[in-house]
Amino acid sequence: MTLTEDEMTQAAPDATKEIGKDRRRKEDQRLITGRTRWTDNITLPGMLHLAMVRSPFAHATITNIDKSAAEASPNVVRVITGADVAEEQGGLPNAWPITPDQVTPNHPPIAVDRVVFAGEIVAVIVARTPAEARDAAELVDIDYDELPAALDLKEAAEDKVLAHPDLGTNKSAFWKFDSAEAGTGGNVDEAIAKARGDGIVIEREYRQQRLIPAFMEPRSTVVDPTGEQITMWSATQIPHILKFLLAAVTGVSESKIRVIAPDVGGGFGGKLQTTPEEFITFLVARKLGKPVKYTETRSESLMAAHHGRDQWQKLTLAAEKDGTVTGFKVELLADLGSHVSLVGGGVPVLGAFMFNSIYKFPAYQFSVQTVLTNKTWTDAYRGAGRPEATYAIERIMDELAAEVGVDPLVIREQNWITHEEFPFTSVAGLEYDSGNYEAATARAKELFGYDELRAEQKRRRESGDQVQLGIGVSTFTEMCGLAPSRVLGSLDYGAGGWEHASVRMLPTGKVEVLTGTSAHGQGHETAFSQIVADRLGVAFEDVEVLHGDTMVSHKGLDTYGSRSLVVGGEAIVKAADKVIEKAKPIAAHLLEASVDDIEFEAGRFSVKGTDQGLAMAEIALATFAAHNLPDGVEPSLDSDATFDPVNFNYPHGTHLCAMEVDTETGQVKMRKYAACDDIGNIINPLIVSGQVHGGLVQGIAQALWEEAVHDDAGTLVTGSFVDYLLPTSADTISFDLDHTTSPSTTNTLGTKGVGEAGTIASTPAVVNAVVDAVRHLGVNDVRMPCTPERVWKAINDARGGAQAETVGAAAPHFDESTGMDGTVDRTTGGTDS
Amino acid sequence: MTRINLTVDGSNVSDDVEPRMLLVQYLREKLGKTGTVIGCDTSNCGACTVHLDGVSVKSCNVLAVQADGHEVTTIEGLAQDGELHQMQKSFRECHGLQCGFCTPGMIMQSVDLLKNNPHPSEEEIRVGLEGNLCRCTGYHNIVKSVQHAAAQGGAQ
Ligand code: FES
Ligand code: FES
Repeated sequence: MTLTEDEMTQAAPDATKEIGKDRRRKEDQRLITGRTRWTDNITLPGMLHLAMVRSPFAHATITNIDKSAAEASPNVVRVITGADVAEEQGGLPNAWPITPDQVTPNHPPIAVDRVVFAGEIVAVIVARTPAEARDAAELVDIDYDELPAALDLKEAAEDKVLAHPDLGTNKSAFWKFDSAEAGTGGNVDEAIAKARGDGIVIEREYRQQRLIPAFMEPRSTVVDPTGEQITMWSATQIPHILKFLLAAVTGVSESKIRVIAPDVGGGFGGKLQTTPEEFITFLVARKLGKPVKYTETRSESLMAAHHGRDQWQKLTLAAEKDGTVTGFKVELLADLGSHVSLVGGGVPVLGAFMFNSIYKFPAYQFSVQTVLTNKTWTDAYRGAGRPEATYAIERIMDELAAEVGVDPLVIREQNWITHEEFPFTSVAGLEYDSGNYEAATARAKELFGYDELRAEQKRRRESGDQVQLGIGVSTFTEMCGLAPSRVLGSLDYGAGGWEHASVRMLPTGKVEVLTGTSAHGQGHETAFSQIVADRLGVAFEDVEVLHGDTMVSHKGLDTYGSRSLVVGGEAIVKAADKVIEKAKPIAAHLLEASVDDIEFEAGRFSVKGTDQGLAMAEIALATFAAHNLPDGVEPSLDSDATFDPVNFNYPHGTHLCAMEVDTETGQVKMRKYAACDDIGNIINPLIVSGQVHGGLVQGIAQALWEEAVHDDAGTLVTGSFVDYLLPTSADTISFDLDHTTSPSTTNTLGTKGVGEAGTIASTPAVVNAVVDAVRHLGVNDVRMPCTPERVWKAINDARGGAQAETVGAAAPHFDESTGMDGTVDRTTGGTDS
Repeated sequence: MTRINLTVDGSNVSDDVEPRMLLVQYLREKLGKTGTVIGCDTSNCGACTVHLDGVSVKSCNVLAVQADGHEVTTIEGLAQDGELHQMQKSFRECHGLQCGFCTPGMIMQSVDLLKNNPHPSEEEIRVGLEGNLCRCTGYHNIVKSVQHAAAQGGAQ
C-alpha cells in the first residue's frame, strides 16, 4: 500500500518506529505449525461430552419426552430435559432492551414445554465420548404437537400468527429517531411533501436477507468445575461479558468463575453472544462435578448459532430537481427470530445514525419495528446495523443519480460533507471528527481506472453486447469503536464501552501487556506490541500481549464493533504512559538529578543537556531490586488504565466495483474492485489490508451468494455448507486497495476501526454495479443475493415491459411478482425468505 | 474394533479403532494431533486436509481403517528438522492467515497444489484451493502466499 499525499496525510513511516511497519504477525508461528489451542482441543481427565437433541419443528408444544432408551445407551451418564432443570437453568440474557416496554420472551437454554425455532435444544445427553453422546441423542423419543409458525417477517409484524402466543404480539419494540424532535434537523415529512410538489421523491423497498456469520471454527465450550474457580473455555469473542453474565444468570459468585477464550477461529459478531450451549455446559459440569465439553457440528452451527441482518427497509428520499437531497425517511422491519438475544434488538439501532452517511441531509427520520418470528434468533454480524444502513443509502443515491441523469459520483459529491467542514455534526446528531471524501474518491477513481471503464461501458451499451458492464459506487462511512459509555447508556445498552489495559515491567526488561480485548484473528498481539514498543522504547520482540483469560486480564469489554485498537489500544497507550511517569522519579533518583530535568525518549531516561541516562530495562531492574529507590516510591512500575472515549470514530472510503452481467443468462462476474479507505493512522498496514480483504468478501458474499433460507415449515434449508454458499477462492478476485489518512481526533493514536469497514462498504458497491450494467434495459433493482436467476428475471421482466420505463419522479412502480423495487405497501409486499 | 498400523508425521502408530472412526477423529482424539481441525460435517471446508501418501485428502472423508498401512502427514509434521516448510513461511510472510483455523488445511492443500503445478497462474491457484474455505482473509493473501511460495521454489 502506498500513502496518498494531502495535507492530512500521516507522515511517511519513520524507520525507527514500529508503528506503520508491516510487521509479520507474532501469532503465526503457532498457527502455521498446528500448535494451537482451539477449545475443542482441550481434553481433561474424566471429561464428559454433550450432544444436543434439537427440535425439528419451528413451533410446537412438547407433549412427552421418553428418555429411557437414551439413558440405557452405552456410557450415557445422564439425559437432561428442560423440565428436569426448569427451576435452575435460568434464562439467557438480553443486554439491550431498546425501549422500556420491549416485549422480551423468556429464553430458557433448554426448551421446557414449547419450542420456538427449528434447532432449539430440547434435551441434552451426557456421555463418556462424543460419539456415544450423539448415538444416544438419536434415541430420545419426543412427542410434539405442531403449532402454526410465524415465519414471514411482514406477516409476523401484523400478528397474523404468533411466535409466542403467550405474549399476545410479535411486535417486540418500536424505536424512532426524528431530527426535528431531536433538534438536529428539519421535519422529514414536510421535506417529502414539498418534493412531491416541485422536486424528486424516490421510494424504494430493499430486502436485507438473512445471513449466517459462519465463522470457520464451530463453537465449543469446556467447563471444568474441579477447582476453586469454575473454569470455562469457550470459542467466544466476549470472555469478560460472558463471565459477568454467567454469574448474573446462575447466581454463582463472579469471583468463582474464570472464562478463557483460547485460540478462537473467527467470530464476525457470531461469537458475540452468550449461548444456550455455554449455559448448559456450565450447568451440567456443576451438577456432575466433572469436566464437560460440548462442540457443535457445522450443521448445528448454521441452524442454531445466531443469524444476522434480516430486515425490510422502506425508504423515502426527497430531493430538489438538481439532486440536492432535502430529506430521508427510513422505516425498518427487523426480524429478531425467536428471541431477543444478547444485543439483537439493538442491531438496527446501531444503524439508526448511519442512513444519512456522509451526506448533509437537512431532515432525517428513522424508525424500526423489531419483530419476533419462529426462526433462529438474530444478532450482530460483521457491521451490525451499519451494513444495512450503508446498503440502503448507497443504493438509493444511485437511484437518485439515475433519476437526475448524472454520474453516481456527481450526486454524492453534490451532497457530501466537504473536508473543510469537519468536525461536522450530522443530522443524526453524531459529531464526525475527521474525513476527506474528496481525497479518497479521487484516489479510488485513479486505482479503478474509472473513466476508462465508463468509456468501455458506453461502448458495450452502444454495440448491444450480450455481456454488459456495470460500475458500482459506495462511498461509505460508519461509526465504530464501541465506545462512549454515556452514549451507550443513553441508548439503554446494558453496559459501558470503556476498555482496560495493564502494562507490567518485568525485571529482565521484558514487558507484559494485558488487554481486555479478545482477539480471534485480528492480530492484536502484533499490533499492540508495535504500539508498546514505540511508547516505551523497547524491542517489539520484548513485548508479550496477554488476553482472553479473565484471570490474567481481569477486566475488559472484549472485541466487537471495531473497538479493539481505537478503545483497547488507547487504554494500552495510557497505561504505558503511566509506567513512564512512575519511572521518572526513580530515574531522577538514580541519576542524581531533579525529576524536572529528566527526559524520556526512545526508551531512555536522560538528564537534560547531558549524556547521562538509563534505559527503561535498567530502571525496571532497579525497581525490582528496590535497593535504592526514592523515599515513598513504591517498588513497581506496573500500571493500569481504563479508557472511555468521548466519541465514536468514523472511518470512510470510496469503493468502486465493476461487474459483468450476461444479459442472456443472468450470470454475473466481478471484473474489478478498487477501494480507498480512510481509517486514520495505521499501526500495521499488512494487518489492515487483511482486515479489508476479508471484510470485502463477506460484503460481496451478501450481494452475490449468501442467504439463509427457511422452507414453509420453518426448517432451515441452507443448513450445511452444501447449501449455504460461502465464497471460495475460485469465486473471488484480488483487490486494488489504497488509503488516505485523516487521523481521528478521538484517540491519541489517530486511529479508526477497520474490522467492519470492508463488509459495510462492499455490498452496495456490488449491487449498484449489477444494476448499473442493466439499467438501460429498464432494471432498477435486483434483490440480494443477485443470483443468475434473479438477474435474468429482472432483465426479462424489464424487457417484457413491466419495468421498461424510467422510474417516475414521485411514484415509482413496483412489480410484486419479482419483488423488484418501488413503493411497496408492507401489507402486500413480496414473500419473505 | 479393528487394529490399524500407520505412520503419522514420521512416527509409527498402532491402535484399535471403531470401523466408523474418521481419520480426522483418529488424529485428534487418539493421537492428540489437534493441529488438524474439523470445520464441517459435509466435506466442504477442507480444514481437515492432510496428506495421505503425499497426496492431499480431506481427513473427514477418509476412515481411519483406510489409512491402515499408509503414511499420513499433518500440519504438525510439515516442518523438517525445525525448519518451516516454504509454504508455512510464505503464509506468514504474506499474511495468508488471520484466525488460523483454515490454515492447516489450506497449507496442506497448497503444498499439494504446487507439487502438481510448480508455477500456477492466479486462476489455477484459485481453482486449486476451491475446496478449502476461509472466512477471514477473503483469499487475497492466501493466493499471494502460494504465489510467493512458488516463486521461492516451494514445490519441492
Ligand atoms: S472438516 Fe473435512 S472438509 Fe470440513
Ligand atoms: S484464517 Fe480464519 S478461516 Fe481462514
